[in-house]
Parts: sequence; C-alpha cells; structure tokens
Amino acid sequence: MCGIVGIFLKDKSLEPKLGEMLSSMLDVMCDRGPDSAGFAVYGAGEAGRVKLTLRGPEGYDFAALAEKLGSDVHLTERATHAVLSIPEAWEPDVRASLVKLAPEVTVVGAGARMELYKEVGLPTDVANRFKLAEMSGTHGIGHTRMATESAVTTNGAHPFSTGADQCLVHNGSLSNHRGVRRNLEREGVKIQTDNDSEVAAGYLTARMAQGRSLGEALEDSLNDLDGFYTFVVGTETGFGVLRDPIACKPAVMAETDEYVAFGSEYRALANLPGIENAKVWEPEPAKVYFWEREAA
Amino acid sequence: MNAGAQSNAFDLSHSTVRELNAALHGLKQGSNALFWRITHPGGLHAIAAGVDAPVTIEVDGPVGYYCGGMNKQATILVKGSAGVGVAENMMSGLVHVEGDASQAAGATAHGGSLIIDGNAAARCGISMKGIDIVVKGSVGHMSAFMAQAGTLTVFGDAGEALGDSIYEARLYVRGSVKSLGADCIEKEMRDEHKQQLFERFKLAGVDGQIDPSEFKRYGSARNLYHFHVDNASNY
Repeated sequence: MCGIVGIFLKDKSLEPKLGEMLSSMLDVMCDRGPDSAGFAVYGAGEAGRVKLTLRGPEGYDFAALAEKLGSDVHLTERATHAVLSIPEAWEPDVRASLVKLAPEVTVVGAGARMELYKEVGLPTDVANRFKLAEMSGTHGIGHTRMATESAVTTNGAHPFSTGADQCLVHNGSLSNHRGVRRNLEREGVKIQTDNDSEVAAGYLTARMAQGRSLGEALEDSLNDLDGFYTFVVGTETGFGVLRDPIACKPAVMAETDEYVAFGSEYRALANLPGIENAKVWEPEPAKVYFWEREAA
Repeated sequence: MNAGAQSNAFDLSHSTVRELNAALHGLKQGSNALFWRITHPGGLHAIAAGVDAPVTIEVDGPVGYYCGGMNKQATILVKGSAGVGVAENMMSGLVHVEGDASQAAGATAHGGSLIIDGNAAARCGISMKGIDIVVKGSVGHMSAFMAQAGTLTVFGDAGEALGDSIYEARLYVRGSVKSLGADCIEKEMRDEHKQQLFERFKLAGVDGQIDPSEFKRYGSARNLYHFHVDNASNY
C-alpha cells in the first residue's frame, strides 16, 4: 500500500515548522505503511559546502570517522545517520576515503541543502528518532512503507536519491524497471539497490543531467516508465508530483498562499495550518504538477 | 411529529467513527434524533456509512473513503471534499458533497441521489445500478464503466472512455467528452430526456439556470451485452 507525503513552503515564516508539519503527516500515514519510513528535508546550506548524509550501523562512532576525514568537517549526528558538511571541492576525496575507511557506512544522499533519513520501524518512531519535528527547511518529502515485493530493509525504504539534492518517493510498482535499469546503466547511471523506485529516481536524474528541468523529466517518464506510480519528487528548488495515466494510487493535494502539500489521503493534510481554507483537489492522471522556488 | 426533533452533535476529534456509526445504526424507527452534526471529520474513513434512517447528517469538513456508503434514507451533506467511494452502494437518500470527490463516487449504487458541487475523479458511477449522480464540475476517465441503470449528469467535461461497456444507464454531459468507451454512443436527446435532465437540475438546485439542450446524451449501443445482437430491440 504505502503512504507518501510532501510539503513545499511558499511562506518563509513557516520554514522553522517544516519538520513539525512533515512529521505530523508521516504520523498519520503509519497505517498505510508501518514497516519503515524515510524523509528528505531541504534545510539550510552554506555557500561552497556540500552536505553528505551517511547511514551507519547502530551505535556507529561518526565523530571518530569525521575526525579522520579532515579538519574542515562539520558533523551533525542523528541516531543511525549523520550529516557531514564539507567543502564542495572535497567531495570526491571524502567519498573515496569513506569507501576505504568505513565500508559499513553508506552515503544515502548528498547536496547543498538536502538531508535524507530512512530506517526500518514504525514511521512515528522513525521520525522521533531522527528528531524530524525539530528540523526546518523549505520543502520536504516522506514515505511510509508497506513492503509487498521485497524485504523490509533500510535499503528498500524511501526516499531514493540518485543525484545531488534530488530525491523521490514512490507509491506503486513499476513493471519495466529492469529494462529502464539496463538502459540507464549503459548511460553510466549507477543504481545501487534492486528497488524499482530507485530506477525511477535514477531515470529522472539522468534526464535532468541531460538538461531537462524536473517538470520536463517527469513528462518524459510518462513515455518511458510503465506501471503504477504516484511520485513526489524534490530538487534543490523544485517540488513535483506525477501520477500514472490510470491513476492507480491515491493522491490528494492542498494549496494555500503559504504552502503546497501532498498526501496519499486527505487525513495526512488534516492537521496543517489553514487547511480549512486550502484549495483541495485530486491531481489528475498523467499530468505533471510542479512548483519552483525563486533562487534565494 | 417533528415537535420533539433532536439535534445531535458529534466531535470526531474526541469520539471515534466507530462510535458515531454505532449511534447512527442504533437509531430506532420513529426516533426523534433527526439532525446530526459531525465536526472535525479530518478526512476519516467510513463516516456515516451504513445508515438506515430518515435523518439529516451534516459533516463539517472533508471526509475520507466510503462516506455515506450503503446509505438508506439519510440525507448526508459533506461541507468539503470526499475521498474514494463516496456514497458507494447507496440504496436511497441523498449525499451532497460541496467540494471535489475522489475516484469511484457513487460506485455500484442502486438508488438515491449523489450531488457533487466540484469535480469527481476517475470511475465516477462505476457499475451504477440506479443512482442519480449530478456532478457540477467534470468527471475523470472510465466514468460510468459498466453502468447498469440510473443517470450520470455532468455539467463539465468527461475524461477518457466514458461509459465503457455500459448497459442501460443514461449519461448527460454538457462539456466535451475525451473519448467514449466500448459500446457507448451518443444518442438523440428527446423531450423525455430533457424532462429527466430538468428533474436533475431541480435536484441540484439549479433549475431554470441551465438549458437542457446544451447537453448531449450517451448510452449503450447494446452491441456487446446480448449474445444475439439482432434481438436487442426485443429486450
């Protein structure tokens, strides 16, 4: 089944509350996906620096690892995850060092502003563990998983990130992901897991690398991806939604002057501020919905 | 008889849908509890499903799945949008949604009326068996799929494959139809149909405001569901 949520703020004054809003939305979606959860938040960035979100085993000593990576590494630990802020130019070296120094640690996301967390467990517990409610940011997406076709593992949890500041959550299942994966691999795009949703994320990343905007890349996917899907995607400045042409999976959106919100069900949106005056509608099948922030 | 009519308030931020529905199902014939006001619905599922009493239920906000499902007799007003399957399998009564409705609105319903002020998403009136549905906005793809009886009136447009594999329901659409489904064709709009449409306008409170001749009628070509197509006119 799975539940997906997303929120994109238009009103800056709500930014400190982004985590709280996203957390309450995930909480309500627990019964659509009690196995695992994940979320990505577009928080503050620093010019010239990049954030790597790492995931390690339970109790991993991220501080010791950060020390080995160099002096100009800022570390924020959150349970099994840690965010390293490093100078942009260091990224290739740090990634290479991580493979050697800490093979048990995975880079789950990278970007100027995006942080990404996912873990097995009840979504409410996962959100609390990572202290989502305390996070601030401009937009964020989340996923609650009810695994139907592969094991309940952290690797199978969403969101998937296959490019800098890009992430995707998916409700549904793709039927041609093997073929798309082969084509992407030929183009040099690396897909790390067996998950069909990661293929969708990789597909969008590859299109955007060719110069397509997020909106255009979503348009392309209508021709190239087959199966059931409702996608919610984020980039550093953008937020998009797409449903397959037969609208197999549920979706509700709400828009006010302050925000745009997405939920698998209206229940997930019911606690948002000002929702009683929001425009509430069901996104149409095969229609790309896309919002872009003005550059800061 | 209405002198002792009672008004009941139910706040779903404090009570459960199960408690609400148990109270509604427990109504005895001749009960004075004729008016129910439900606050904080919060998109919860199955609100006022399975009611069988001549009561009026006002829901003060958006509802989730299957609101008013299996309804008999009751008048249910939703002051917001409705999730999947609003008024599904309704037998009689009235369900009125002031916002948009999600997929499968009025699915399989045998009777009663469903009025949607906004748009209805895909599969509106799927397998309808006698319900009268009025949508003031547009309907999504595959609406009135396998529709058997009743009417679907759409003030706006209809999506792809309208009336696919339709039996005997009447479909009235004012706007464009993206495509017709298998065995669904446009039919002549005769006086009896204009009269029927006029009745639907009255139901939706817009009589006198819309000209029935702006609508087109669609129905079954009857080529699919009888094995002997040549005998279709005898049935």
